[in-house]
Amino acid sequence: MGLVIVGASLAGLRAAESARRSGWDGDITLIGAEEHLPYDRPPLSKSQLDRGTPDAVVPLRSRAELDELGVTTLLGSPATGLDTTGRTVLVGETAVPYDALIVATGATPFQLPGAAGLAGVTGLRTHAEAVAVRRALDEGARTVVIGAGFIGSEIASAARKRGLPATIVERLDVPLSRSLGPEPGEICADLHRAAGTDLRLGVGVSGLESAGGRVTGVVLDDGTAVPADLVVVGIGVRPATGWLEESPVALHDGDRGVLCSATLATSVSGAWAAGDVAHFPNSRFEGDLMRLEHWTNAAEQGALAARNAVAAPGVAPEFLDTIPYFWSDWYGHRLQFVGTPRADQVVTLGPRGPGAIVLYRRGTQLAGVLTIDRPRDIMKFRRLVMEPGSWEEALFQAKERVEAAV
Amino acid sequence: MRIDVDRSRCEGLGMCEAMAHEFFEVGDDGFVVVRDDSPAEGQRSFVRAAIDSCPVSALSLRD
Ligand SMILES: Cc1cc2nc3c(=O)[nH]c(=O)nc-3n(C[C@H](O)[C@H](O)[C@H](O)COP(=O)(O)OP(=O)(O)OC[C@H]3O[C@@H](n4cnc5c(N)ncnc54)[C@H](O)[C@@H]3O)c2cc1C
Ligand code: SF4
Repeated sequence: MGLVIVGASLAGLRAAESARRSGWDGDITLIGAEEHLPYDRPPLSKSQLDRGTPDAVVPLRSRAELDELGVTTLLGSPATGLDTTGRTVLVGETAVPYDALIVATGATPFQLPGAAGLAGVTGLRTHAEAVAVRRALDEGARTVVIGAGFIGSEIASAARKRGLPATIVERLDVPLSRSLGPEPGEICADLHRAAGTDLRLGVGVSGLESAGGRVTGVVLDDGTAVPADLVVVGIGVRPATGWLEESPVALHDGDRGVLCSATLATSVSGAWAAGDVAHFPNSRFEGDLMRLEHWTNAAEQGALAARNAVAAPGVAPEFLDTIPYFWSDWYGHRLQFVGTPRADQVVTLGPRGPGAIVLYRRGTQLAGVLTIDRPRDIMKFRRLVMEPGSWEEALFQAKERVEAAV
Repeated sequence: MRIDVDRSRCEGLGMCEAMAHEFFEVGDDGFVVVRDDSPAEGQRSFVRAAIDSCPVSALSLRD
């Protein structure tokens, strides 16, 4: 009997560990496109951009630990197809048979059209890309980040920390306004401005300037040009499901992520999905279909998908009951979010900056909370998220907490 | 059984508190404080879940 996990990162690793912990004693094969053992991504845009970080990958688990778990790895070898009738994963010419399959291939960044092969232009998703960004910063690069998302903001932050010029180009008039709402988006914009990052809002990129195969600037669609030695593209990611396109596994019409049930089962039997690649209905949020790009989600889902995949026949599957959570570190400030920003009303309490508490209301419930520099408070609010009638209580607590700080 | 915290790793991300606030709380300095470091038999599975949820592996259990 074999459990095959495709995608050797956080969700895949947690799946392997959780299968063993559930008593699975069959084979476990972990197939990964990257050459490295699973490693952690959040530090790639944070501590690993600091000067002096060693180049070597620090894996989440060593080779010896994986051996001890009885996990066989097939690294540097992307899956290219899936035969659900014969239950095999295709890795180039090789067919790897499975009894149970977990899809954990995560997501890949969108690329800027016309940037292929140009030195100095990169995304930031992998260890190699983090090394490239750090080296450019070591050389004093003038940095332009395209897209004011969380990862892009952390990169601008790393550049400013070294005193280097950083520009963020964002098509929206207010950064993160689609995901967090306009007022919290303004607060985020101010964090950038206060740190000396040049924010160019409401403007797109029309092209790149280069000399000798190396980027020298970014041309905006209002005609201005921003000089650049390093351009980091952070305009979002797409689920890495190209290898499933020919298979019967149902994919989302929009972004092609894997459609799962609340047990993380895919549309084909014997196959589950977990992490950034997976859409799932979240029963805690009125069945909203969610695809999250958060560390804790990938860790939890990998573990749950594996428990369901290796459960004995007849055992009732486990359902997800997730309150999304993520954090991001900008210019020495910590942003934390629990719940969902899909809400009827957004209320900001406290200072319009560090120390802010932003509450998101859905009906009479607290749906989500954003805090800036309140590590002690965030998880207290988590307990109220989507609890019946919790809005009033959340407002009350938030007022108390902001007043206590004065 | 005891809970160990590696304070040099903890970043105060608070997942442990979310999973088991009877045992963990993030303090004002942004580091975790263990409120009860010897979980009773019946509480180990959720302490375990809290330990696994730490994004920087700052927590561990010792027998
Ligand atoms: C720079 C950066 C900073 C981040 N910071 C934070 C943060 O502060 N807080 C937070 O909550 N989250 C953060 N995240 C998000 C978090 O890291 C992700 O949610 C998490 O990595 C998702 O794990 P995953 O295993 O689902 O997918 P991934 O980590 O994307 O891993 C998928 C793996 O599958 C491989 N793969 C793809 N296609 C194939 C194929 N066909 N065959 C085999 N293997 C394949 C990929 O190469 C990759 O190794 C950050 C992410 C990045 C990139
Ligand atoms: S989850 Fe980890 S990093 Fe976060 S507070 Fe707990 S121990 Fe610290």
